[in-house]
Amino acid sequence: MEQALDITLTVNGTAVSRRVAARQHLVDFLREELGLTGSHIGCEHGVCGACTLRVDGEIVRGCLMLAVQANGCRVDTIEGLSDSKELAPLQKAFHERNALQCGFCTPGMLMAAQDLLKHHPKAGREEIRLHISGNYCRCTGYQAIVDAIEEVMHGKG
Amino acid sequence: MGKAELPLHAPGTQLDRGYIGQSVPRPNAQRLLQGRGAFIDDLRFPRLAHAAFFRSPYAHARIKKLDFSIALKQPGVIGIFDGRAVAEYCTPWVAVLAHLKGIKSPPQHAIAIERACWQGEACAAVVAESRSQAEDAVGLIEAEWEELPVVVDMEASLRGDVVIHEELKDNVCFRRELDTEGVAGAFSGADLVVEDTFHFGRHTGACLEGRAILADYNAGEHSLTVYHATQAPHMMQDIFSRHLNIPEANVRVIAKDVGGSFGIKVHVYPDEMATAALSVMLRRPVKFVADRLESFLSDIHCREHRVRVRLACMKSGEILAFDLDDLTALGPYSVYPRTSGIEGNQVVNLTGGPYKHREYRARMHAVFTNKNVTCQYRAVGHPIAVALTEGIVDLAAQKLGMDPAEFRRRNLIADDAYPYTFPSGIKFEKLSHHQCLDKLLDLMGYQKLRQEQDRLRRDRIYRGIGLAAMIEVTNPSPAFYGVGGARISAQDGATLRLEPTGMVTVMCSVTEQGQGTEGIFAQIAASAVGVSIEKVRVITGDTGVTPYGGGTWASRGAGIGGEAVLQAGRALRANILEVAAATLKLERGLLDIVDNSVVDRLTLETRMPLAELGRVAYFRPDTLPPEFQSELTVTRHYTPRQYAFTFTNGIQASLVEVDPDTGFVKLLKHWCVEDSGTVVNPMLVDEQIRGGVVQGIGAALYEECLYGPDGQLLNGNLADYLVPMAPEMPDIVCAHVETPTRQSQLGAKGVGEAGTAGAPAAVMNAINDALAPLGARVTRMPFTPERILDGIARARTRA
Repeated sequence: MEQALDITLTVNGTAVSRRVAARQHLVDFLREELGLTGSHIGCEHGVCGACTLRVDGEIVRGCLMLAVQANGCRVDTIEGLSDSKELAPLQKAFHERNALQCGFCTPGMLMAAQDLLKHHPKAGREEIRLHISGNYCRCTGYQAIVDAIEEVMHGKG
Repeated sequence: MGKAELPLHAPGTQLDRGYIGQSVPRPNAQRLLQGRGAFIDDLRFPRLAHAAFFRSPYAHARIKKLDFSIALKQPGVIGIFDGRAVAEYCTPWVAVLAHLKGIKSPPQHAIAIERACWQGEACAAVVAESRSQAEDAVGLIEAEWEELPVVVDMEASLRGDVVIHEELKDNVCFRRELDTEGVAGAFSGADLVVEDTFHFGRHTGACLEGRAILADYNAGEHSLTVYHATQAPHMMQDIFSRHLNIPEANVRVIAKDVGGSFGIKVHVYPDEMATAALSVMLRRPVKFVADRLESFLSDIHCREHRVRVRLACMKSGEILAFDLDDLTALGPYSVYPRTSGIEGNQVVNLTGGPYKHREYRARMHAVFTNKNVTCQYRAVGHPIAVALTEGIVDLAAQKLGMDPAEFRRRNLIADDAYPYTFPSGIKFEKLSHHQCLDKLLDLMGYQKLRQEQDRLRRDRIYRGIGLAAMIEVTNPSPAFYGVGGARISAQDGATLRLEPTGMVTVMCSVTEQGQGTEGIFAQIAASAVGVSIEKVRVITGDTGVTPYGGGTWASRGAGIGGEAVLQAGRALRANILEVAAATLKLERGLLDIVDNSVVDRLTLETRMPLAELGRVAYFRPDTLPPEFQSELTVTRHYTPRQYAFTFTNGIQASLVEVDPDTGFVKLLKHWCVEDSGTVVNPMLVDEQIRGGVVQGIGAALYEECLYGPDGQLLNGNLADYLVPMAPEMPDIVCAHVETPTRQSQLGAKGVGEAGTAGAPAAVMNAINDALAPLGARVTRMPFTPERILDGIARARTRA
């Protein structure tokens, strides 16, 4: 039988306790057990960034972390940061500049962009491009995404 | 400019084109920004079962034995089925089209029977209560194989040393020849003949969302509802109906949010057909989502061409003729139902397309191999045709010592020469090559860049400027597929309904894949009816709801679907005014609709808000004249007829810097001037172009599906298969010339594939321009550092 463990963590501010398979990825746990389907699965080997989440304040790949590793952690997802309005300025700029097309990469892209806003609020255009270098977008060609992030940064600066 | 030519409102009023031509943000993007989209894998169903596939580890092998006994005992396993079991529910298909003369392909089953013909072909299906349980069981299927000789190289395939399908006699799926008869004379009389061979790597779409399908068979009503990440819901409805033997009216295909398509999600995939069959077999909903490794092995691949091309010209620069020989490697089957013959066919149709030479000869062979199947991916054939045209044109200009921009100017078809028939037989309604060239050179500051390039060369900094003129197939008529017997609709329809609150609901058969279809339909509908855009709600992607139509492919959404929405909007506006006239007891001609209200046409004074009109029409029709019946739902359809395709044109430029020590190419900037007719939403159009350019850059510099001699895919994951990421990409400057098509009142042509069509050629020419002082030249895409260093080394050896 599959090994299972009990975990307790905080997801988007709410305490959650579940018994999970030891092999289950954090993003699968969020999607399958909690119904938080905003974090997407694009490659499952840590390259595309579609499953980017925030764990204890740092962005991580939800496909490279096991759910059991998040025991005792605070996990924030696109749903939580949307409801708290933390992402509102980025979401507004992405919308106005059409910095998304199919929208599959967008939650992960927003998590990465918000991380840059928090840690390097004065980043330049090249630094923005570098910071989202782990987030694959097949639709936009990235320029509008860079523009939108730059606009929010400039507004803040 | 189309603006003055589009009377969305009756003459005499003060109104402009409403939202047409404005950069309105897409209303439907909001949910995606909050992670509240509805992709297939986000849907939750009771009794949902999950499919995983046992795939062939060999490129070509006989299946001697499949033993499911251990796998069947695993927890959660519901059933395991081989090809024969699935074939009892799903009939095989043969992907040929009558107008592609001589094309041939063997029958293909949803699950392979007896023989696997490429590594990754599904040979058994496991259904379990969870995906992980299904995958566990896949790993416990025991198989015995007899390896068969493989055909990997396309030249070997053409020679036919090993024939993959014995019953077909040889490996040629499709061949085409075209000759204007005067080619030999043109070459013998030419001052200059240049020749080169171009190689195009096999690559793939790499959509971020894998292919996804959730099929829900209801035995009680013998109905099948399929939630499908697809570009063509009605095409799939027809196919599920015919191959699963369920009446078409009982099949409903719903495409909710789709995570990238680019042509990948417009084809019939065996594992998806199997998933639908499994739902019927098990009488419960079954889901399959291709994971990344499966995507590389089973999403269609594309390109992989070897093209020898010759160009004849005079010292004046006048091009006399093109002569080409194209060889392209398919997989072991032509892909259903569009076939795998179209890309090569397009190369023959389009090569040399921007230029005014009259002699042309082309020969093309599309051959089977034991690699994954290939089919239509964004820009289908155009990247090949544009690159070999523009590559050989640059070589000719170089040999003549002529500036490449000037060489093009002397040969581009004149802007007043239309309508025009090109030697390959294709017809152009109206193009604007010279306007686009002028605009591009001005936009990029061409002369200054040339001066800067010269200056930097003295410091051993190797910059290159590459140009690529292009034509592009858009708004296809039934000539693309319908005439060949494919049940793929070239027409589209739109239904518009005025709601009692004065809102307008639009239902259209063109789908949304993120390109902004729903956004531009809202703009067109709002403008045509006379309401503000927030009053419009658009529904697409549901065969149970929208009119019948083709969906999203071949850059047709705005031009065909948009025209249907425009016509339906105008009809709804007329019907609303009938209701207003009856209610207000005024002449209809005295009324108009502005800003959500019926107004006096001359004074613009509000006579009746649409919400009030809706209330009367729906809830108090007793107050209307007894003989009057309001009709506030209208449907209109549109099919392009006058031309087989509505060609667009454009030109791109790339500025690169090549490091001769490392072979690295730095993309400094990219420009695109495009004429796609009426631009409904400049922001969305520019974003389509930019995204397309970056996909083209991927083909030029990074992306290639590499196969070993045994037919094994060597780099089928997102770490080894390189795609364009943000830091390496340049800023892309877009500009437009607007030559509306006269075939429709909207005047829109297609634009979604333009970027991908021209970017590889522009980048290639820029690299070769940078390498010119070193005497080096590269013609094998993608231009990896290794290939560039190799090109430089070969030049040194020659010197």
